[in-house]
Amino acid sequence: MTIKGKAYIAGIYEHPTRKAEGIPLSQLHAEVAKGALDDAGLTVADVDGYFCAGDAPGLGGFSMAEYMGLRVRQTDCTETGGSSYIAHLNHAAQAIATGKIKVALITLAGKPRTGGAPPGRPPMAVVPPDAPFELPFKPTVLNLYAMCARRHVHEFGTTPEQLAWIKVAASQHAQHNPHAMLRDVVTVEEVVNSPIVADPLHRLDCCVVSDGGGALVVVAPEIAAQLQRPKVRILGAGEAIKHTNGGEMDITWSGAVWSGAKAFEEAGVRPTDIKYVSVYDSFTITVLMQLEDLGFCAKGEGGRFVADGNLISGVGKLPFNTDGGGLCNNHPGNRGGMTKVLEAVRQLRGEAHPAVQVKNCDLALAHGTGGYLPTRHGSATVILERA
Amino acid sequence: MSATKDDTAVADRALAPYWEAARAGRLLLRRCNACSELHYYPRPLCPFCLSADGEWVEASGEGVIYSWSVERRANPPYAIAFVTLREGPTLMSNIVDCDLDGLAIGQPVRLKFEEREGQPSPVFRPA
Repeated sequence: MTIKGKAYIAGIYEHPTRKAEGIPLSQLHAEVAKGALDDAGLTVADVDGYFCAGDAPGLGGFSMAEYMGLRVRQTDCTETGGSSYIAHLNHAAQAIATGKIKVALITLAGKPRTGGAPPGRPPMAVVPPDAPFELPFKPTVLNLYAMCARRHVHEFGTTPEQLAWIKVAASQHAQHNPHAMLRDVVTVEEVVNSPIVADPLHRLDCCVVSDGGGALVVVAPEIAAQLQRPKVRILGAGEAIKHTNGGEMDITWSGAVWSGAKAFEEAGVRPTDIKYVSVYDSFTITVLMQLEDLGFCAKGEGGRFVADGNLISGVGKLPFNTDGGGLCNNHPGNRGGMTKVLEAVRQLRGEAHPAVQVKNCDLALAHGTGGYLPTRHGSATVILERA
Repeated sequence: MSATKDDTAVADRALAPYWEAARAGRLLLRRCNACSELHYYPRPLCPFCLSADGEWVEASGEGVIYSWSVERRANPPYAIAFVTLREGPTLMSNIVDCDLDGLAIGQPVRLKFEEREGQPSPVFRPA
């Protein structure tokens, strides 16, 4: 049993807002749902599966299904932080492949800039067992990811300048995106000369904080055949959770080692076949580690791989995050998985901005990481093909 | 812990020997009698085999910095770290009583306890 070729992404939508003043979270979810259904040429009455994560208000999908008037036969509220939406894509494809549903809707929305639900931190009825052994030491997203960077630098000689190239590439792409929060092209020098926020990460090693959202519509092949918009076929997907393993830790690699291998195996392709990659970019180090873990270069070679513009569309060998990514464009709800899929679909449709569109882009990979890289995180990978 | 749901107190009671030792300035690890693996943070069931047959082992208090960062925007800035204990497990902690610009991976550190939000917490200072 495989999802390969059994489901298609038929509709996508990215909310243009980066500051959703006056728009409630529930409305953001509904607006992105409408946008993706319109893009597909479908209506809310066609939806029979709904997928959302902890950013959706209410218990699981109940409140949003009611709010949007959905009549669903399957729902899935897998919560793996920002990687959730790529996991949902996998689960939607599984449900379609087994005939449980025909049209799946996946939504994400978040408002970390203007309030609303705390991003990425759904209310926890019970304090998790790890909390008393970590929270007293004041871990933050910044200092946790910084410790991965520190160890990577130590083991492999990765340099601040190499990490900076990731931000430079993202900024080269973002200059063409009218919705991007940061549209100014930056240089390696500007990144490494920006203030240190958590050693060894600089301010410009970090992503933006933005409101917004996005949605995907995933359909069965017979539905896809009736639709006019360019279709994207799902070839393979993988998921993993990596954790502290009782204290036997190595924080220089991520769960992408597992989720990526599974996705490539199911798709029957290799990293060298991929024309475009969307990879989660909460920080520059996140990108570097994931590219290694997904097999685009050997472990420890990431610094050399990303340097000298290798991730810039039209310049390097592996164009990445051509919308500007979380580093420059947006990061709705402090969660990156959804926007990663959206730009991969644009590339495969040939609908990315002409300045960043990858030529003959027929195979793409989208990867998300959710949670906290050195302690507990979810990884999800999907490989997509132009249909 | 700022959140004090009922289950937190139950979880604390399940690890009562750990917290009693911590209040006395001693750090306890958990060793599984079924698979012999040491683990931290301590759990009533071994995370390697789910056996409930375990025993407490006192850590020497010696370790080395596995990785670290300084949260520069905090007032005052502080050093967070992962410390690998001589016994094997790596744990999250803070490096205290130190020059924040003088930390290094591999640096030997020594255990001490500090009270954090009413909880005795294992932190480390340069050895």
